Amino acid sequence: MAEMLEVSGITKRFGGLVAVNNVSFSVREKEILSVIGPNGAGKSTLFKLISSFLRPTTGEVRLKGERISGLAPHIAARKGVVRTFQETTIFKNMSVRDNVIIAHHLRSKASLFGFFLGTGTAKADEAAFGQSADEILALLGLSSLAHEIARNLPHGHLRALGIAIGLATNPSILLLDEPFAGMNHEETMRMVEMVRRLRERGLTILLVEHDMPAVMKISDRLVVLNFGQKIAEGTPSEIQANDKVIEAYLGSEDEAIGL
Amino acid sequence: MTVNRTTKIAAVVAFLAIVFIAVPAAISASGHFDLYYTLTSVALLSIASAGVWLTFYIGRINIGQGAYALTGGYVSAILVMDHGWSFWLTLPVAGLFCAATSVLIGLPILRLRGVYFAMVTLVLTEVARLLALALPITNGAKGIVSIPLPGALSVFGITLIPDFATLQNSRLAFYLLAVTLMVVCFAIMYRLVNSRIGKLCQSLQQNEELASSIGVNIAYLRVIAYAVSSFFGGVSGAIFAAISQSIYPSSFTVTDSVNFMLNCFLGGLGYVFGPMLGTLVLYFGWDLLFQTGQFQLLIYSGLMIVLMLVLPNGLLSLAETTRKKG
Ligand SMILES: Nc1ncnc2c1ncn2[C@@H]1O[C@H](COP(=O)(O)OP(=O)(O)O)[C@@H](O)[C@H]1O
Ligand SMILES: [Mg+2]
Repeated sequence: MAEMLEVSGITKRFGGLVAVNNVSFSVREKEILSVIGPNGAGKSTLFKLISSFLRPTTGEVRLKGERISGLAPHIAARKGVVRTFQETTIFKNMSVRDNVIIAHHLRSKASLFGFFLGTGTAKADEAAFGQSADEILALLGLSSLAHEIARNLPHGHLRALGIAIGLATNPSILLLDEPFAGMNHEETMRMVEMVRRLRERGLTILLVEHDMPAVMKISDRLVVLNFGQKIAEGTPSEIQANDKVIEAYLGSEDEAIGL
Repeated sequence: MTVNRTTKIAAVVAFLAIVFIAVPAAISASGHFDLYYTLTSVALLSIASAGVWLTFYIGRINIGQGAYALTGGYVSAILVMDHGWSFWLTLPVAGLFCAATSVLIGLPILRLRGVYFAMVTLVLTEVARLLALALPITNGAKGIVSIPLPGALSVFGITLIPDFATLQNSRLAFYLLAVTLMVVCFAIMYRLVNSRIGKLCQSLQQNEELASSIGVNIAYLRVIAYAVSSFFGGVSGAIFAAISQSIYPSSFTVTDSVNFMLNCFLGGLGYVFGPMLGTLVLYFGWDLLFQTGQFQLLIYSGLMIVLMLVLPNGLLSLAETTRKKG
């Protein structure tokens, strides 16, 4: 498997606090790689660095050899790195379907002015976006809710909508920050299934998640952060046997990492 | 809630018939010619308000439209008086000048949100007034007066619009000009909002971070919307200067900026035609309350507060609820 994303020596300081400290790892194509670690370890910050929401203090991120860190979020998105949010963030006053349609923005061939005039290209774009949105909604089991206003959706479906929005941008890497948070077991399992299906469709997935059983089940490899530093990297079984990891999680429940 | 196509066309035709035929007919029958001036003002103010509405649509509270109206008025007046330009040419130039200025101003300030953006725009109106007082080209507090009426507009020797000075009824001419521009302006707004651009604007209003993570160039879109908004402000100010044949630093003040915003609130921020209705109601409401003398402002403010509490989504939300019930 080819290297897809390469994080090298990335550091982020907030004033005196080093939130992410000289972290390096790489992600292979069509891999599901999870970043775990205690609260405040710097996982979300790492994701924001990768998706160019934050500028690294030092270090860089490369996607297929091309630097994607330190740009603007919409440019990183254009290059294929898209992040869905930890908080359930959606366009809450739009319909579910409109949420997904608008997220096709990167695929539009018509210009803004073209959309204003309603040119042929613009109409073709609209039709294509609508069709693709319907497919994505079907994939995520949201078809029956397509015309619901997004803010009225139950929690689990909101999470799915967040992912649908991410998918609509047609990314090569999708960054999911705590996609299972606040879900019950059944919802989590459904989501795990869905994430796997996305990978089968050719997506590379980076995941931050606290639900250890789910993480161990879904991930090909894991990166463990503690106080901003990478303390371990490996397959789920390697991580579960790693002394440093066990130490980092001591004080929290031992079963948290599935021991 | 889909209003079908025939209903829409019928509504547009009815509206055009009212503003272009019925209103002039009624005014000349009744002899209330001063109504032309009032309705011209409403039309022009609603154009400026439409601009403010568009900035609301991308999630910014804009209390600075007075600055652009004032700028547009001065640009037109100066070009006509000092450079002998035709008013008709100064009209788009005033709009474009304001749009360009707003790009320069908008690039830094559109990063601000909520009350911070609102405060900066409020200051902008005052800055514009002070500049008009201080700059040599604007002629200080004396302003620019005795601006000639718009001349004839001819293309390839064909006169499209006659010289306003030769007209018996220049008030009617100004009314028709203002109303035509209002119709064009709201047609543009309607198209903007109902195209994909409208959805993009909404995405900014609802969640800028997410919009940016799905690849929307939010800085660019914000500036475009603000430039269109300021263009409308400039055009409306330029016609005001032409009608009153004068422009002063106090022609548009903070009060006007606030009123543009209130027009939008009153009509409804969710409806393209909100600013038009809002301007009409506020303008006539204020005039009606004139009878109450010293209580005018008190009653006016009280009514505004009550209206906003009872109808937070504006007057046009009434139409929607009745339609849903019916
Ligand atoms: N914008 C910011 N400014 C200052 N400190 C921040 C900022 N974002 C995160 N931090 C700090 O960086 C550390 C890592 O945070 P975060 O990446 O959110 O952790 P995690 O997602 O692993 O729980 C925390 O101590 C947090 O308080
Ligand atoms: Mg986090």
